Amino acid sequence: MKRLATAIAFAAVVAFATQAASAQTLNAVKNRGELVCGANGTLAGFGMPDPQGKWTGFDVDFCRAIAAAIFNDPTKVKFVPLTAKDRFTALQSGEIDVLSRNTTWTLSRDAALGLDFPAVTYYDGQGFMVHKSLKVSSALELNGAAVCVQQGTTTELNLADYFRTHHMDLKTVTFASADEALKAYETGRCDSYTTDSSGLYGERLQLAEPSEHIVLPEIISKEPLSPVVRQGDNQWTDIVRWTHFAMIDAEELGVNQTNVDEKLKSDDPETRRMLGVEGQYGEALGLTNDWVYRIIKRVGNYGEVFERNIGQGSPLKIARGLNALWTKGGLQYGPPFR
Amino acid sequence: MADDAQVLPRHARRARRLGGVAIQIGLVVLVIGLAFGAALNAAQNLARANIASGFGFWNNTAGFDISQTLIGYSASTSTFGRAFWVGLLNTLFVAAIGIVLATVLGFVIGIARLSRNWLIARLTGGYVELIRNVPLLLQLLFWYNAVLQSLPQLRDSVPLPGGGILNNRGLFLPRPEFAPAFGAVLVALVVGVVAAFILRLWARRRRRMGGQVRVLWPAFAFLCGLPLLVFALAGFPLAFSFPEIGRFNVQGGVEILPELAALVLALTVYTAAFIAEVVRAGVLAVPSGQTEAAQALGLGTGATLRLVVVPQAMRVIVPPLTSQYLNLIKNSSLAVAIGYPDLVQVFAGSVLNITGQAVEVIAITMAVYLAISLFMSLLMNLYARATAIAER
Ligand SMILES: N[C@@H](CCC(=O)N[C@@H](CS)C(=O)NCC(=O)O)C(=O)O
Repeated sequence: MKRLATAIAFAAVVAFATQAASAQTLNAVKNRGELVCGANGTLAGFGMPDPQGKWTGFDVDFCRAIAAAIFNDPTKVKFVPLTAKDRFTALQSGEIDVLSRNTTWTLSRDAALGLDFPAVTYYDGQGFMVHKSLKVSSALELNGAAVCVQQGTTTELNLADYFRTHHMDLKTVTFASADEALKAYETGRCDSYTTDSSGLYGERLQLAEPSEHIVLPEIISKEPLSPVVRQGDNQWTDIVRWTHFAMIDAEELGVNQTNVDEKLKSDDPETRRMLGVEGQYGEALGLTNDWVYRIIKRVGNYGEVFERNIGQGSPLKIARGLNALWTKGGLQYGPPFR
Repeated sequence: MADDAQVLPRHARRARRLGGVAIQIGLVVLVIGLAFGAALNAAQNLARANIASGFGFWNNTAGFDISQTLIGYSASTSTFGRAFWVGLLNTLFVAAIGIVLATVLGFVIGIARLSRNWLIARLTGGYVELIRNVPLLLQLLFWYNAVLQSLPQLRDSVPLPGGGILNNRGLFLPRPEFAPAFGAVLVALVVGVVAAFILRLWARRRRRMGGQVRVLWPAFAFLCGLPLLVFALAGFPLAFSFPEIGRFNVQGGVEILPELAALVLALTVYTAAFIAEVVRAGVLAVPSGQTEAAQALGLGTGATLRLVVVPQAMRVIVPPLTSQYLNLIKNSSLAVAIGYPDLVQVFAGSVLNITGQAVEVIAITMAVYLAISLFMSLLMNLYARATAIAER
């Protein structure tokens, strides 16, 4: 319902607006005094408010990092919970400044929606969860199964593709929100529930008996998850992109929340450039030169954010895998600060 | 107005009429112009924001599955346009069932609420108050969970007499499979109906001329005997495919989804409460003198209701009943909450998201609901006119 309202509002704005949306997102954010960030409201580890209303999660911390870079204050963010269906219209209509909500970068989204995907913050893939009692050990055994899935996701499409390429029968039951899909799966309406495997980790923990469910070994798709911004504001796209790179480079250079003050005195030229001791790199982005220092000091580097929210320091215990630094055999690689 | 018309000279009357027409034409032009301007403006704004626009997506492959399809549909070959029709039919399907059931239930409850039996009147009154005051979405989620929870798991499926299967995946019934020769049976059926009708006309004429004719058996022979005979002669061209429990799911047969059942249940129960009130108001609006007069003329209770009360009550009932039907149709879009693939969930949900063309998809969806509503109102107006009591 909420999404429909967003879409209708968007249609009305597009039909009657007489001015193009401002390209100056950074100025708008500064004037407003806070960043408006679209996040997932229900995914443990990635984006969810705790009972006190404080937002936490991997995607949430990414927005906090942007806020830290701009305001030197990670709390100057207003989070807007969005379902998979709501998210793009919310961004297109200008309701949010940036979308940071386990969103897959695909060609059609990049090309046809008027949006940009600045950087892959999490390399993911789609997996299946099944009731343990079914004694299934591979997704290839799921011929004829009923699968619960959330609408408006790449998941919905990958699912149809996968069953088709493997000549298996499929009964999809599609829901507007992940909660409803998961609940239907739990009551036995479906044999399997499918989504990004990162999401499966988080959602399995929300089930009454997590141990009654297993995640199958197959990963059936590539899901490069990226923050999303509106096309046409290159400065803003750069800020979002380099926020991610800064956090990766900091990890690679061994700069973290506890040692960042000491590292200001480091002799390493790249560290000095990154932390703003030398050069005008921050100002080139429209920020202050100590913007990376602020991010690391207030939020942490990529590894810290990962471990705290979804890694070993969290109930999800996701291994770094593809998201390890390139120096450790992973895919996370930040271009140089120069 | 009527008085002016008589005093004004003819040319002045004509001028006034022409002025009215001009204003109306002007308004229509203005509205069309506004709509056109908005569309043009939208196209420009979308282009400036680099958002794809236009209706080219209609013929692209959809790529997603739909759980209930009344017409042929496959994720790999069907288009977004086809998905639209599938969703629209699902909406019309659930609305049609809901309207019929809600009308029946609503009339029964509305009449029962007027009952002189204290218990019945109170129970139905309680029903109306309870149902009207709980948001429909909550009721829908309640019914969905009630349906899902109370039905057995696949492994404990309940076999039904005649080869059906019931479990929390749905109700599965044998699917009739017609051989080509079945066409002959249909022809025989049509012939039988026509013959029975002619027989009836003939019998009526004979009766009017004072004859005594019994046509029950011959009519029965035409209606049932003839098709059955042809059916047998054609070698019984009808088979059933029975649903069977597979490893995960039931395969084959006709499937009635729990989502459909829950949605029909929720819409029926909810709308019936409002229809009951409409009916009650309609019946109360008929002055009791009418009933007394009918009874004084010697009409029984049934005949009084049928011939005197209901025709007059209907005049009061039909307009608000129309709004209830429209509400039911629009409320059916709550289907998104429980995964029933109606128009909003399929088209304004999946299609909108995959294509990203919010403006076009929302415009089409709104136009469709508008068209359905206008059509429904038209039907009800026609009905009201046909049943209107001529005023004297
Ligand atoms: N990465 C996929 C799927 C993202 C997605 O929405 N996943 C679901 C399942 S993990 C989700 O986060 N749902 C939470 C919600 O909508 O409340 C995409 O971009 O389409």
